Amino acid sequence: MSDTTLAWRQYRLERKMFWRNPTAAFFSFVLPLIFLFLFGAVFSGSQANLDVLVPGIAGLSVMATTFNALATQMTFLREQGVLKRVRGTPLPGTSYLTGIIGSAATNAVIQILIIIVAGKFFFGLGWPKNWAELAIFTVLGVACFASMGVAFSHVIPNFEAAPAYTNLVFLPMIFISGVFFDVAHVPTFLRDIANALPLVHVINGISAALVTGAPIADHLSDLAVVAVWTLACVILAVRGFSWSARD
Amino acid sequence: MPSAKPAITVADLHKSYDDHEAVGGVSFEVAEGEIFGLLGPNGAGKTTTVEILEGYRTSTSGSVSVLGFNPAERPRALRERVGIVLQSSGMYRHVRVREAVAHWAGLYPHPRNVDEVLAIVGLDDDAQATALVRTLSGGQQRRLDLALALIGDPDLIFLDEPTTGFDPAARRAAWMTIKRLRELGKTVLLTTHYLEEAQELCDRVAIIKSGKILAEGPPDTLSEASARYRVSWRGEDGTLISEEVDDPTELLHRLTGDAIARGESLADCSVVRPSLEDVYLELTADEASEVPQ
Repeated sequence: MSDTTLAWRQYRLERKMFWRNPTAAFFSFVLPLIFLFLFGAVFSGSQANLDVLVPGIAGLSVMATTFNALATQMTFLREQGVLKRVRGTPLPGTSYLTGIIGSAATNAVIQILIIIVAGKFFFGLGWPKNWAELAIFTVLGVACFASMGVAFSHVIPNFEAAPAYTNLVFLPMIFISGVFFDVAHVPTFLRDIANALPLVHVINGISAALVTGAPIADHLSDLAVVAVWTLACVILAVRGFSWSARD
Repeated sequence: MPSAKPAITVADLHKSYDDHEAVGGVSFEVAEGEIFGLLGPNGAGKTTTVEILEGYRTSTSGSVSVLGFNPAERPRALRERVGIVLQSSGMYRHVRVREAVAHWAGLYPHPRNVDEVLAIVGLDDDAQATALVRTLSGGQQRRLDLALALIGDPDLIFLDEPTTGFDPAARRAAWMTIKRLRELGKTVLLTTHYLEEAQELCDRVAIIKSGKILAEGPPDTLSEASARYRVSWRGEDGTLISEEVDDPTELLHRLTGDAIARGESLADCSVVRPSLEDVYLELTADEASEVPQ
């Protein structure tokens, strides 16, 4: 069987496993929506604030469905010895990881679509103004945060520690990256930190696609920062990859 | 004895970690179709040796060949022909037994039939085959491990402590299954710290301790090769005397001759050949061991 077919089979198994855990599936889709509706209610008087919130939540969702999910999942698979077992089969490592990451990417896309629909019908946003731009920033954001999640899983000592470790990265990043409010209101030093991180740039791109309709040409620097982070994270993910738990 | 090319060749294998040597010069061969056992106490270097052969670890020095391949390079052609039961390995939380085996079947070029494999390992009734893997008992999970190792129809199967933690009935059942592998013509390399298991299953056994092989051979000849006869008798003064000799012929001749000359019977005379258990205990005992002699 070709490597692509094997990756596709792995992807289908991952999807099946994802839906077979309905509570986890439910919360991974609903939590960002809860944020969206809570903060949406708070900001309901101001379309300007909603215009910030919806792309922000979209960025948060991209990160949560890839970085958080993969860092946790890889830690689990490694600790349980699933990775080691897979390693002993003819399945190529790339096919296996493609299946797993593809499944996380699917969740990111589903999530983005839900948010677009919510934005259109509840938050006065209309349909996306630039679908290509949306696709590019979503794909790049997924690539960046997925590889970051795989790389970060090497730092997590065990599965029980996984939520604490991922939240240590996730929560500060979403707070300073303008998920819930305009980064313009953030102190300069925090804004500088946020600008060095990828999330704010993913949100800028999604915001352009959903809200302002600014062309990709206006967001090349955002694209460049995310691309650099993606490259770095891919290298870290591949280099540090371990198939078995540390003893 | 190996007639064709051996399935596994290990020559002067060494594996050192920072502070200690786990394997210190191990050599052995496993013939095609043979069940070969690495028998030894915990920490003897069994798993390290097997994991080098499986391609999980690399050796410090020495050479290994598995089905003609170097396992350290992890060639796919080798992985397609080898089935591995690790000492412990997990599974997806939400996968069902049959589903897992069917998925694994897709990873191999010429898999066996899923139902056939479930039947071989004894997970073929409907309730078991559709159960979530995480709801299985320890013994059933071990059977699934074996099913996943067999589904690719491998020529060679590694079993790392296949029955550790089993109750006696489950162990008997597992032994039946492993014996079926011999009927299927498979080569098996298993590790165990149960002597009984090695005796029951293996064509040949290597006793390993502290990273070195202490004795090697078929289980029933191992005791002949490496231990002596113990001859006991009651002396003229009534005390029980025992002596260990390589060959009891001469001693017995002398004893019986003396007894006849004195016109007495040779009281309480016995000649005992040590069992494999005695050999195993003797070989693997530490210098200041509490193992009764």
